[in-house]
Amino acid sequence: MKPKHQRLLLALIAVVALVSAGLIAASALREEASYFYTPTTLAAANVEPGKAIRLGGMVQKGSIVRAADGVSINFIVQDQERTQKVAYRGITPDLFVEGSGVVADGRLRPDGVFVAESLLAKHDENYVPKELADIDMTSAENTKNTVSQ
Amino acid sequence: MHRFANPARFLRIAKPLTPALFWPGLLLTLIACIWGLFFTPTERLMGDTVKILFVHVPAAWLGMGGWTGIAIASIVQLVWRHPLAGVAARAIAVPGATFAALCLITGSIWGRPTWGTWWVWDGRLTSMLVLFFLYLGYIALSNASSEKGDTSRVAAVFGIIGAINIPIINRSVIWWESQHQKASITLSGSTIDTAYLVPLFVAVAGFSLLFGALVLMRMRAALAEMRIEARLRRMAEG
Repeated sequence: MKPKHQRLLLALIAVVALVSAGLIAASALREEASYFYTPTTLAAANVEPGKAIRLGGMVQKGSIVRAADGVSINFIVQDQERTQKVAYRGITPDLFVEGSGVVADGRLRPDGVFVAESLLAKHDENYVPKELADIDMTSAENTKNTVSQ
Repeated sequence: MHRFANPARFLRIAKPLTPALFWPGLLLTLIACIWGLFFTPTERLMGDTVKILFVHVPAAWLGMGGWTGIAIASIVQLVWRHPLAGVAARAIAVPGATFAALCLITGSIWGRPTWGTWWVWDGRLTSMLVLFFLYLGYIALSNASSEKGDTSRVAAVFGIIGAINIPIINRSVIWWESQHQKASITLSGSTIDTAYLVPLFVAVAGFSLLFGALVLMRMRAALAEMRIEARLRRMAEG
C-alpha cells in the first residue's frame, strides 16, 4: 500500500469514527438537549409539580382568555396529540397569537395547570407576505404540524 | 488534482478570477440588499423584521460552508500533501468566522422583536456559537504554526475534527425541540414565499461570490508572503 493510500484510509477511518461518535452523542442527548417539553413529552415525562421546566407548542385556536385585570391570561398549548392548560400574568410578545408557536418557562401546579413565568414566541418556518396571509390562512393551519411528535 | 498544485499556475488563474468573482458578487449583494430592504412585502407575523433574512441566511450558510471547505482542504492537505490545500484552509478561516459572527449578530437582533429575547441556549443557537468558537480556535492554531513557514498539520486535524459540528448545526432543529424554527429550505422544497425566496437566492449568490473572492485574495496574499520569506532566506544564505 502506498503511503498516500495509507493516509487516505486513515483519514476515512477518522472521519467515520467522528461521525458515528457525533451521532451516538446526539441520540444520547435526544431528551436532555431538547429546549422544551411539548404537551405529549410532558405527559410522558411525569414531571413533579413545582419543578422549573419549559413548555413549547402551538397556541390552540380560540383558547386565549384574557382576565378583566388586563394582565392575566389563560390559554391552551397543543401539539399534534395532546393539549396543556397554561396560566400567565404579564405582557405577551407581539407574535403571541392564536395558532402560532410559543415557548413558556414555568412550573406545573398540582392541579395540572402550567404556570408560566415568561413567554417567548416561536416563529415557524413559513414566510408569508401579509397581503397573501389575508387571503389564504391555510399556511397558519399548516403551522400546527410544525411542532413534531 | 495536482494540476493546480503548482502555486505559479494557481496564481495565473487566481489573479483574473479574483475580480471576476468580486465585482459580480458586490453587484448581486447590493441588488439583493436593496431589493430585500425596499421591495419585499411585510411578513404576516414578523412585519418588516423579516428583511434580516437576506443577511442572516447567507451568513449562516457561508459560516457553515466555510468550515466544510476547511475540512475538505484539510483532508486534501493530509492525504495528498497538496501544497495549496493548507493555504486554502487558512484563507477560509477569517471570512468564515466573520460570516458566522454576522449570523449570530443578525439572529440575535431578529430574535428580540420576534421571539422576545436576544438569546436562548437551544440546540441551533448553541451549536452555531460553538462553530464561531471553533473558527477562533482554528485561526489561533494556524497562526501559531505559521512562523515555521510550513502549514500546520495540527490545524488540519483540528479542521477535520471540528467538521462534526456542521451536521449537528444542520440537524439541531430536527433532533431537539428548539426555539429556532425548523428549516424552511430543504431538498423537498421551500416554505418561504417566492417574494422573499428570489431575493434571498440573489443574496446567497452575491455573498458566496464575495466569499470566494476574499478567499482567493487571502490565498494570493499568503503565497506572496511565502515567496518573500523564501527570497529573504535565500538572500541571507547567499
